[in-house]
Amino acid sequence: MTAPDPRPLVIETHGLSRRFGALVAVRDLDLAVHRGEIFGVLGPNGAGKSTTIRMLCGILDPTEGRGTVIGYDIAKDPEAVKARIGYMTQRFSLYEDLTVLENLSFYAGIYGVPRKVRKARIAEVLDKTGLVKRKHQLAGTLSGGWKQRVALASATIHEPPLLFLDEPTAGVDPVSRREFWEQIHELSAKGTTILVTTHYMDEAERCHRLAFIFRGTLLDVGTPEEIVARRNLRVAELSVPTTADAVAAAAALRALPAVEEVAHFGHLLRVATRGGVDPEALVNATLSTSHITIERIRAARPTVEDAFVSMVRDDGDPSRHAASVGTREGAS
Amino acid sequence: MNLSRPLVIALKELRQLRRDRLTMAMMIALPIIQLLLFGYAINNDVRHIPTVIYDQDRSASSRDLAQSLRATGFYDLVGQAESYADVDRALRSSTAKVAVIIPTSFERDLVRHHPTTVRLVLDGSDPQTVASATNTAASLIAARSGRLLIERMAASGLAPYEPIRLEPSTWYNPDLRTAIYIVPGLVGVILTMTMVMLTAMAIARERERGTLEQLIVSPVKSVELIIGKILPFIVIGYLQMTLILLLGRFVFDVPVVGSLPLLYLLSLLFIAANLALGLFFSTLAQTQQQAMQMSFFFILPNILLSGFMFPFEAMPQPAQWIAEALPLTHFLRVVRGIVLRGAGLDDLTQEAWQMAAILGVLVLLASLRFRKKLG
Repeated sequence: MTAPDPRPLVIETHGLSRRFGALVAVRDLDLAVHRGEIFGVLGPNGAGKSTTIRMLCGILDPTEGRGTVIGYDIAKDPEAVKARIGYMTQRFSLYEDLTVLENLSFYAGIYGVPRKVRKARIAEVLDKTGLVKRKHQLAGTLSGGWKQRVALASATIHEPPLLFLDEPTAGVDPVSRREFWEQIHELSAKGTTILVTTHYMDEAERCHRLAFIFRGTLLDVGTPEEIVARRNLRVAELSVPTTADAVAAAAALRALPAVEEVAHFGHLLRVATRGGVDPEALVNATLSTSHITIERIRAARPTVEDAFVSMVRDDGDPSRHAASVGTREGAS
Repeated sequence: MNLSRPLVIALKELRQLRRDRLTMAMMIALPIIQLLLFGYAINNDVRHIPTVIYDQDRSASSRDLAQSLRATGFYDLVGQAESYADVDRALRSSTAKVAVIIPTSFERDLVRHHPTTVRLVLDGSDPQTVASATNTAASLIAARSGRLLIERMAASGLAPYEPIRLEPSTWYNPDLRTAIYIVPGLVGVILTMTMVMLTAMAIARERERGTLEQLIVSPVKSVELIIGKILPFIVIGYLQMTLILLLGRFVFDVPVVGSLPLLYLLSLLFIAANLALGLFFSTLAQTQQQAMQMSFFFILPNILLSGFMFPFEAMPQPAQWIAEALPLTHFLRVVRGIVLRGAGLDDLTQEAWQMAAILGVLVLLASLRFRKKLG
């Protein structure tokens, strides 16, 4: 467990819930995000990530519970919240029939960036995002990566202390994604708080802290290391001679109660065990009885993805719940 | 409310509009095309009705009657019938819509001062033609009968006189030109079409492309967004109106008799009502296509019921009630009043209030629906 964070809270929710008719999209959510954090919200599609962001932005009323964002109540004072946040969605809500420059000056005007500094501010973001040469290009003619840059530039044109990014890298190439995350870290270093949803696990590992949401419920909160450590997983990677061997080995290993997850790609296998069981010993013992040759085996670092898959499994299977109790602390 | 935000939005709308060549072209071409189409094509007085004559008498008098019927310009002689079977065939095949049957004894009866009967057979499948054909023939025959009576009075030594004379004088449109009636009405129809549709689509487009969500998350207030959105369309509405009035003046010779400032002032109520309606539609539509469909669904009854094409007074009571709820009905009275009759504000107070009331209801509806929330 980390020491209490001395930085002030930017987002704080208690029992935040949202129903749509009979469906509970978000259930009893307690979140605490500190200034300057990059806070990742992870979960499969339909887990309630976007609903959560929309409530925090003040565009969707919670049905139960309460939340404050930058000190303002999201249900009572949504307009005060809106004036102080930046928001970017996976759809890159740009006007495709306006140029980059026109998009930026539109959002600068909407967010009330003072006229005196507007020009300088726009020039600054254009320069920082490398968009100077494309400022007169219509946004609709940009590629995905460039659109994403314009969208981020638009969302931060008014230098908001808090930035919401809802799956900001969907459909963007790997190089653009990496550059995007570099920018996110720069913003964070300057004190901007960032709440980002994603289902890319490599992106999750770039966040300072993570919240796992599944079926509207918060499963765990913590740094990526804490979350992985709490699952108490160990991982081994091995190769076998043929793909048929890999299929057979996966079937044999999956039958073992200590095995959390087996993934195979061609003749490679990745085996995760829980409860601290040594995966290499387990694999050696199991596959020797099945007469499958192991070409190579080595220990690997368990990832956020391993933890996530394990957590989602537990949640789907109540009998396994006992193993994961005690992961809910550290929610603030 | 921040005053600069609506302007920022209006500027953005204008920039988008400038790049949307098709919409721009539509907004300018639509009034021109409609004006030319309606101005030239709509004509409610039916002339040149194809007519056959079954002249059983074949006398000088019967030929004279046929000639004077043709001289009215309402009847085009398309043939001579030799029998009732010919008359039947002509009407059935629609070569003629009217048949005039002059009896064998026509000239003899006239000379002997016996009453005689000319028969008019009409194709009733087109009621407007029937009315026009009957009325023209009736007044022609009545005039001719009157003249014969007067001649006879004179012949028998009585001082001839006409007991009652009708002296019709038609004000405001003495030549009864349809264009005079249609052009001012067209101002209202075009404004309804473009204002409702453009607003509905402008917001539906933002919803469809996801930019509306971005605006909802911004500190823009609903009222700022609405004003910014409709401001450019008010300007466009006035431009269209000016274009139609100018074309009407120089192409169809329709002068503006009354006060132009008053017309432009009262038009604001009408334009605003249509914009509010467009806004309301946009809150119901998820896509631009739906917005378009709703606008068309609204425009059709407007054209049919408002009194633009068919006389308001001729409609049954329930249709009139519906018509009274349409802003176009009231605007037509205002625009025809000012343009054709030189009506002043005191003549139009009632219509102005009714338009304001409709505007109020529409604004209320639109703002109740248009909330800056999702879900």
